[in-house]
Amino acid sequence: MDVQVSVYRYNPERDDVPRMQDMTVAVPDGKDLMVLDVLERLKAQDPTLTYRRSCREGVCGSDGMNIGGTNGLACVTPLSEALKKGRLVLRPLPGLPVIRDLVVDMSLFYRQYEKVRPWLINDTAPPAQERLQSPEEREQLDGLYECILCACCSTSCPSFWWNPDRFVGPAGLLQAYRFLADSRDTAASERLSALQDPFSVFRCRGIMNCVNVCPKGLNPTRAIGHIRTMLLRRGI
Amino acid sequence: MVAPVTSLARSGLGDWVVQRLTAVLLAGYVLFMVAWLFAHAPLDYDQWRDLFAHTWMRVFSLLALLSLCAHAWIGLWTLSGDYLNERALGRKALLVRFLFQMFCGAALFGYGVWGIQILWEL
Repeated sequence: MDVQVSVYRYNPERDDVPRMQDMTVAVPDGKDLMVLDVLERLKAQDPTLTYRRSCREGVCGSDGMNIGGTNGLACVTPLSEALKKGRLVLRPLPGLPVIRDLVVDMSLFYRQYEKVRPWLINDTAPPAQERLQSPEEREQLDGLYECILCACCSTSCPSFWWNPDRFVGPAGLLQAYRFLADSRDTAASERLSALQDPFSVFRCRGIMNCVNVCPKGLNPTRAIGHIRTMLLRRGI
Repeated sequence: MVAPVTSLARSGLGDWVVQRLTAVLLAGYVLFMVAWLFAHAPLDYDQWRDLFAHTWMRVFSLLALLSLCAHAWIGLWTLSGDYLNERALGRKALLVRFLFQMFCGAALFGYGVWGIQILWEL
């Protein structure tokens, strides 16, 4: 079976403006490929096509892209789900500068991630072996630690499109809450102080595109709600 | 962290709380007015004037009016930050955003004062 693919092409060294390139790829009958498999076939046709990939099983988060209008990981998105009217349309993640073809510059995304200090802060003397948690305390981190930083959520968020320099974005805020919820972390107060301005957290308008696209099934909107509740408890 | 200068409460948390409280108050006012209008149909001018002659109704209406102004300011301020920023308009964004906020502030202040005049028959 032949599949029509329309893929975003842009090489800043050669092109003045980006363009969509139509390509045809043969896929085996009776077998559902992943979008990444289609990309590999396209690359065999045109080796200049550029994209990021690594683990090919939804763990590394490298191949986040806009597939048929929805952000997702190419390696875990079946072609059958990605086809819209028999066509596959591939674009880079929206809102970030394009380096080449489907590769985007993630600096802004990482800068926001860094802002939330995504590491454990605990100034008390470390115990001899390790800081222990009860099973209940550990359970608080479920649905938070699994984020692979693929940027599918933040780049599908209109608030992040409009204010990527000031709104932390769903991925960063999920990690902010991951450390706020950690019983071993002692910096909750400073973490919350850094988030109470009108942009960092409060630019979230509850659109929930992040929840819709997360390839790991996580819920950043719920985490943002928890952060707001923590801020409210502290502020009233 | 962004230090807000023109936001209502100068804090994201403050604006967020004000926006939600004012929304609840406005919803209460709208529900009350709709219920009252249904209960007094067909309405005549005397009934309408009697309702607004009560001090509690004037206070309730004033609260609703001030809530509307605060709610609208937070919404419009947010909107100006989303759509009238450097990414959308380039270098002229600051001027455009400032003028937009000035216009919105003046309009809301004007409506607020006008509403007070009407409510208290000044």
